[in-house]
Amino acid sequence: MNKQRRSVVQITALIGLMVTTGLISQSQAQDWNKAAFDGKSLDDVMKALGASGFEKSNAITLNAPDIAENGAVVPVGVVTSLKATQMAILVEKNPSALAAQFFFPEGAQPFVTTRVKMAQSSNVYGLVKADGKWYVASKEVKVTLGGCGG
Amino acid sequence: MADPMRVRATESGGVVDVKILMKHDMETGQRKDSSGKTIPSWHIAHVAIKAKDKEVFRGQFGTAISKDPFLNVKFKGAVKGDEVVVSWVDSKGESRTDKAIVS
Repeated sequence: MNKQRRSVVQITALIGLMVTTGLISQSQAQDWNKAAFDGKSLDDVMKALGASGFEKSNAITLNAPDIAENGAVVPVGVVTSLKATQMAILVEKNPSALAAQFFFPEGAQPFVTTRVKMAQSSNVYGLVKADGKWYVASKEVKVTLGGCGG
Repeated sequence: MADPMRVRATESGGVVDVKILMKHDMETGQRKDSSGKTIPSWHIAHVAIKAKDKEVFRGQFGTAISKDPFLNVKFKGAVKGDEVVVSWVDSKGESRTDKAIVS
């Protein structure tokens, strides 16, 4: 089998796998936002998300501990009274700033909680997109034991 | 096949609260093995939640989400007895789908 054909076979198998899941369509599975997840800073990520700027907002509540004993598991929650269509969680001093991006179709409540890794003490940002604009809330989390590199 | 998720969905006052615990190593691509070689990143990339054939949540994960990711979201539009379906696809194309009944 020549090399090109082999890679075609692999790609076909991969797409087949994704499609069998049903929920995550092929186009969605391919549009993992690599540029945004590779971003090193808040500004990089915002650019990759297509935001020209953002405003601080009191309507966003960022739930994160003041001190995280274990940087491998830091609970972070974002909740807002804004009509959010998207949210993102960023950790400023991680190797890649963006931890996760969330999309809220109609019916979804603007609420999310997850757990992130933190390499070191850093600002954590909760970003919310509402009415086409990005809003941000931030909090400093001190880490006593790093979660990356081990 | 990847290990199953634990999914719990509870309805209260018209809002369904979904708690998900996925089983995944979430390799960051930063760690090195004992011989000093970098372990390549391997992480869940996409998560989607559906109820009554309608998408109610979608997310993309980077490597900074903790091992065995936990996710808690809320949505409106389902009642007790409805089915909630959760799927993920990781960066190697592996996937997992699990269901829970709203209680």
